[in-house]
Amino acid sequence: MFRLAKPLSLSVLLLLSACDVQEQQLRIYDFGTPVSEQIYANWDIDIGPDGAGLPAGSGSAQSGEEAYISRCAYCHGEFGEGLGRFPELVGTPEDLIGESPTKNVGSYWPYATTLWDYINRAMPFGNAQSLSADEVYGITAYILSLNNIIAEDKVLDAKTLPQVIMPNREGFIQASGSDIQAKICMKNCVKEVVITSRASESQASSSAKEKEKEIGNYHR
Amino acid sequence: MSRHNKKNEPSRRGFIRNSLIGGFAALVGRSASAKTDAIAPLSVPSWSKELGSGTVNEPYGKPSVFEKHVVRRFLPWMFPTRQAAASFTPLQDFHGIITPNGLFFERHHAGVPKIDPAEHKLVIHGMVDKPLMFTVDDLKRFPCVNRVHFIECAGNGVLEQRSAQLNLLQFTHGLISSAEWTGVPLKLLLNEAGVRKGAKWLLAEGADAAGLARSFPLDKALDDALVVYAQNGEMLRAEQGYPMRLLLPGWEGIANVKWLRRIEVGERPWEMREETATYTDLLPSGKARQYTFIQEAKSVITTPCPEYPVLNKGQQVIRGLAWSGEGKVKRVDVSFDGGRNWQQARLTGPQLDKSLTRFEIDWFWNGQEALLQSRVVDETGYVQPSLKELRALRGVNSMYHNNSIQTWLLHPSGEVENVQIG
Ligand code: HEC
Repeated sequence: MFRLAKPLSLSVLLLLSACDVQEQQLRIYDFGTPVSEQIYANWDIDIGPDGAGLPAGSGSAQSGEEAYISRCAYCHGEFGEGLGRFPELVGTPEDLIGESPTKNVGSYWPYATTLWDYINRAMPFGNAQSLSADEVYGITAYILSLNNIIAEDKVLDAKTLPQVIMPNREGFIQASGSDIQAKICMKNCVKEVVITSRASESQASSSAKEKEKEIGNYHR
Repeated sequence: MSRHNKKNEPSRRGFIRNSLIGGFAALVGRSASAKTDAIAPLSVPSWSKELGSGTVNEPYGKPSVFEKHVVRRFLPWMFPTRQAAASFTPLQDFHGIITPNGLFFERHHAGVPKIDPAEHKLVIHGMVDKPLMFTVDDLKRFPCVNRVHFIECAGNGVLEQRSAQLNLLQFTHGLISSAEWTGVPLKLLLNEAGVRKGAKWLLAEGADAAGLARSFPLDKALDDALVVYAQNGEMLRAEQGYPMRLLLPGWEGIANVKWLRRIEVGERPWEMREETATYTDLLPSGKARQYTFIQEAKSVITTPCPEYPVLNKGQQVIRGLAWSGEGKVKRVDVSFDGGRNWQQARLTGPQLDKSLTRFEIDWFWNGQEALLQSRVVDETGYVQPSLKELRALRGVNSMYHNNSIQTWLLHPSGEVENVQIG
């Protein structure tokens, strides 16, 4: 049966008619299984920027320090400096300025809720979804306090976490359409052609002999 | 056929191997001799006398043993671990518009999960009338579509924005691949669940240990988004999201969520890590462009390339690949003098929507240094920008969506080098 009762469904239909002929049948096939919230609750872990989805529980930098040190520091460093090639978790807005900006929680992340969500879904790397809600609140607070964004004793919970204002909160603009408008030219398009850089002289291929060895090894 | 005499083979292979580890030495002294080499009388080889292997020698067939060099490669120093890394497809050995499944570039953030399809589910919920759960078998029952589309990582060319870095086509452009995908239009699935009024954005989430999640607008879902379960006629490869993935044709690879387990319907984007901290394009102003979904038109010459130098001066067929995330490729122009003058190339083979398209152009090489470039125009009229034009707006740190014109410097020796021009 069609669901024409709602205005959106109607606009969906109109949209569809402009598309592929073979996909036009907006029949209800009923091949899926209706499910209630309890069925997918364990998977429904996303946190919105307004805090939607945050569970009960709380933590502060003080309560989260121990968990951070034992479960995160061996990759990200005790102070969030990032060991080896593992990402750094600490920085300041100044990191975004200059020739080689670095993006990290302090310099770049616009929402504290994202940090909670990401730690909860993906960290520690290799043992995801193993932290309790209290631990995630505590570790999130610990990282935010390493970044001097909140105080050490600030308690984060479902209410206070979305209120944390990240330094780069206003740092994003929504892309809309192409930013670059190049033109077709066929004859005498540029006056002077100068080679400004060559891969044979690049960091990746000359100064870093080590890297090449790694590439070579991989080929064998 | 004299150009393909046996004598040439070892030196070319040698060149390839050497260039992969950074050297050009093997090439010296090779160049113009090929045509004049003595041609030995043809002997009858063993394979013309003995029986070959029988059927089902390989129950699942593999490429010829002589094609062992045609493999995905990765750069260990680029990533923290192999579980949060990418591998590059060998475009230099790619002849069509469909990537063989085993060569499709890889990008994942917590390794490739081994998912039992019998246990896997897709849940659609949020602002819908009726939350639904689908198994792989459920999806296969729906009317299906088969479509050829490329997927390109937003980071294709990531190291090349500031200066020329990697001297291999595989690494400068190999984060793109293409397949014929089979699946169900997402709008059909959404219609089953009944999207509520006010819904504007969707969240797609993977079942891997990264729980990789990305927001995308409902408009795309109602346009050409698919939930696919097959690639090139067989079930998806594990690296490509087995047993199901989201396909957002023409949009950055990361948004084509693999191992798709959940689609939530909502009102606004979720601001996930992979759409804020990463996959956002930092501009010189310090602001970053966000939700830059579209892989705008791009092209590259694949013959010749650093891996396969030009063997002789004289007549050449220059070829390459062009694509656009906004539609069909309309035309490709090629320059041999670093962009001063351009000639229109011919498009060869199928020219499909949001698909790889091949181009070719005949060229007589006089043996002098030359700067080879290609420039694509898509059906919307969008023209592939030069690196200069791209940098003028985006600087050198936006990292993602570098779709600028590639320059290959053809040396008199026939070697090809990745260079940039001002
Ligand atoms: C085994 C090493 C390892 C451990 C342990 C680990 N991480 Fe990570 N972490 C990683 C890797 C690798 C990435 C990058 C993943 C990617 O590229 O998608 C990462 C990324 C991150 C990021 C995103 C950084 C950015 O700016 O994009 C955060 C935040 C983070 N980890 C927090 C944590 C926390 C908190 C813990 C402890 C609960 C933890 N990690 C434990 C390896 C680790």
